[in-house]
Amino acid sequence: MLQVISLLVENKPGALMRITGLLSARAYNIESLTVARTTDPELSRMTIVVDVEPHLRKQVIKQMNRLINVLQVADLTDSPSVARELILMRVRAPMESRPAVLKEAEIFGARVIDSSLEGFALEATGDSEKLDEFIDVMRSYGEIEVTRSGTVAVMMEARRLRLSSPVPTKNATNPQTTIDNGVLNA
Amino acid sequence: MSNLMSGSKILLECLVREGVDCMFGYPGGVTLPFYDAMYDHPLRHVLVRHEENACFAAEGYARSTGKVGVCCATSGPGATNLTTGLVDAMMDSIPIVALTGQVSTKLIGSDAFQEADTFGITRSCTKHNYLVKTLNDLPQIIHEAFYIASTGRPGPVLVDVPKDVFQAQGHYAPVNAIHLPGYKVHTDGHAGQIRRAAHMMWEAKRPFIYAGGGVIASEASLELTQLVETLDAPAVCTLMGLGALSSEHPNFISMPGMHGSYAANMGMTHTDLIIALGVRFDDRVTGRLAAFAPHAKVIHVDIDPAEIGKNRAADLPIVGDVKRVLSKLNKILLELAPAHAPIHADSRKAWWNQVREWKEEHPLTPEISTSEIKPQHLMREIDRISGGKAVVTADVGQHQMWAAQFIRFNSPRLWINSGGLGAMGFGLPSAIGAQFANPDKLVFSISGDGGFQMSLPELATIASYGLPIKIIVMNNGYLGMVRQWQELFYNNRLNAVTLDCFPDAEKLAGAYGFKGRTIESPADLTPALQEAVKEPGPYLLNVKVTPFENVFPMVPAGGAINEMVLGESTQPMAAAK
Ligand SMILES: Cc1ncc(C[n+]2csc(CCOP(=O)(O)OP(=O)(O)O)c2C)c(N)n1
Ligand SMILES: [Mg+2]
Repeated sequence: MLQVISLLVENKPGALMRITGLLSARAYNIESLTVARTTDPELSRMTIVVDVEPHLRKQVIKQMNRLINVLQVADLTDSPSVARELILMRVRAPMESRPAVLKEAEIFGARVIDSSLEGFALEATGDSEKLDEFIDVMRSYGEIEVTRSGTVAVMMEARRLRLSSPVPTKNATNPQTTIDNGVLNA
Repeated sequence: MSNLMSGSKILLECLVREGVDCMFGYPGGVTLPFYDAMYDHPLRHVLVRHEENACFAAEGYARSTGKVGVCCATSGPGATNLTTGLVDAMMDSIPIVALTGQVSTKLIGSDAFQEADTFGITRSCTKHNYLVKTLNDLPQIIHEAFYIASTGRPGPVLVDVPKDVFQAQGHYAPVNAIHLPGYKVHTDGHAGQIRRAAHMMWEAKRPFIYAGGGVIASEASLELTQLVETLDAPAVCTLMGLGALSSEHPNFISMPGMHGSYAANMGMTHTDLIIALGVRFDDRVTGRLAAFAPHAKVIHVDIDPAEIGKNRAADLPIVGDVKRVLSKLNKILLELAPAHAPIHADSRKAWWNQVREWKEEHPLTPEISTSEIKPQHLMREIDRISGGKAVVTADVGQHQMWAAQFIRFNSPRLWINSGGLGAMGFGLPSAIGAQFANPDKLVFSISGDGGFQMSLPELATIASYGLPIKIIVMNNGYLGMVRQWQELFYNNRLNAVTLDCFPDAEKLAGAYGFKGRTIESPADLTPALQEAVKEPGPYLLNVKVTPFENVFPMVPAGGAINEMVLGESTQPMAAAK
């Protein structure tokens, strides 16, 4: 089944690699993955859709939680949330089918973002199944090329962000040292 | 205003502040500045003969003390040689900080000489890893590395340091706090759950304690012993948990699993309450999961939430440090005892009778012959000399299982072996680390004739530091464990398992300047072991044992643990009851 996960991640080197590496090491298939900065530039929000056996859903979340750069993980699969995907599509449309293509685009709420002699560039957002349908319909008009963003999702209920507080280093408790005030006395 | 210091000196300063007194390593091009700084620094560096063994030695140090083990390697091949040790430490949750050199920051990504993507390669071999990009970040990262390695579920952390960071000059500013907002360490178990657990324990008719490496990691032996005694329940320790409860404790009924005792596996199968402490329901313990402990409810205590419910669902999960959880739990158990203990007194008595019956029916007794040395006999003699007190490191294979079955460990951190990864070549180098950490203890390194030959270079390290390790090779002339599987499951078509060349032990040890000897007669066994122990320096004892002995009991892979093969002539036997 498809599991939708939302992660809040520190923008640290390798953070993305740790997440994708973990998923592949445990043989969870990534269906889609999006990542971008949040309003706090130190943090990123990721939405990952993984294809996983239902009984492993909890394990996926727990494994993600083990990662030190991951601040929060939420399983949105069954919780109140909205999910959307963006697609950009180039449709080759000869003159005679252009009005029909436009009509169809309108039905799906797609916008024309560019037009040329060859055809249109369209933009559409929606849930993934709706977009699948849109793609099928457009394909019937001619050659298309599609880029999908992958799902992005947001929780509808606020979840408290639980963060660990700073801890003192051994430094504070271990007086053993070879330098005093920065002067080496080894 | 403080003096300028090099990155190398700053790194050493951080290590000292973390209480590091010894590290195991091997130098190279990019770590030259670091080794130069060590030249007149009190921190002890032990030169091993292969980086894999630097990590294994650091593990031996860490496993025998509970402190963080430190190892060091150069970039490229040095770093890649560390990886087996890192995975090993990861699998067994051993706190390690690995330092690697990297090519200078400006060269990273240019396929420079001895450049390897250590950060990428070790992502999956470590609990966390770092690439230090500027000297400013170095102290913070080093202290974080020690903190991550040693807290929560311990594990290896690698810090990759480019050459120019070692060389850069800067000021050492002490790091007083670590802030890792996403690093979740769950130590105190949920109070309500702990209370519920106490009730379940008194309500059980056939409770059974299943203790693992987590008990040792959290230094909870005392609390475990108290629990065992309060409940008066039978207890098993896993391969990683041996010594957590003294092997001489009357409630200890050996190790469960693939080569576990009959009583341990039957107990697991028939219990109505498994009290799982710092364990992960590994497949080597559970056998076929669907048939594992079918009548049991499970209380599972572990510091890593991901372990709970991973393989076996827990009826009562407690996420927390075993020591803290048990100390609270023990108090509540005592509070409840007067009212609750008598309720199932009769069932408990019957349960103990049953467990004792299993123990007597098929005890773990060593095979002994007068004409040849049986492997079990060797282990029994080592056990006799150790008296439950020596540090024993094992390699991987049949000898490891016999050692686990027949050698007693009366306290934790004495039994050192590669449990999760099963990495051959672990035994000898881990003994080096253990001996450095415990200079006054008797340390046995037990290897097979296969694994011993994977660690041969470390004989030089042992000789050069004069480490009084008693190196025992259980020499059966085969890659015994693989041969056993070929015999039992592949129609005895023995392929690529014959070790028909083994060096003369006396000459080999002699070549390194210490004593060695080969024996094959049972009459020589005890005197030879005594001679080895009496020798003030290292000693290599090559013990030729019966070549075709198999390890029993054995649960065939994928079998239920109550369907053990008990000996040569027996069929897998289903539980009678
Ligand atoms: C590095 C590594 N390679 C291969 C194996 C597979 N393996 C497991 S046990 C074993 C045989 C070990 O032979 P030996 O060291 O002689 O010990 P014995 O079983 O005879 O006691 C092998 C090859 C392993 N565990 N580790
Ligand atoms: Mg062998």
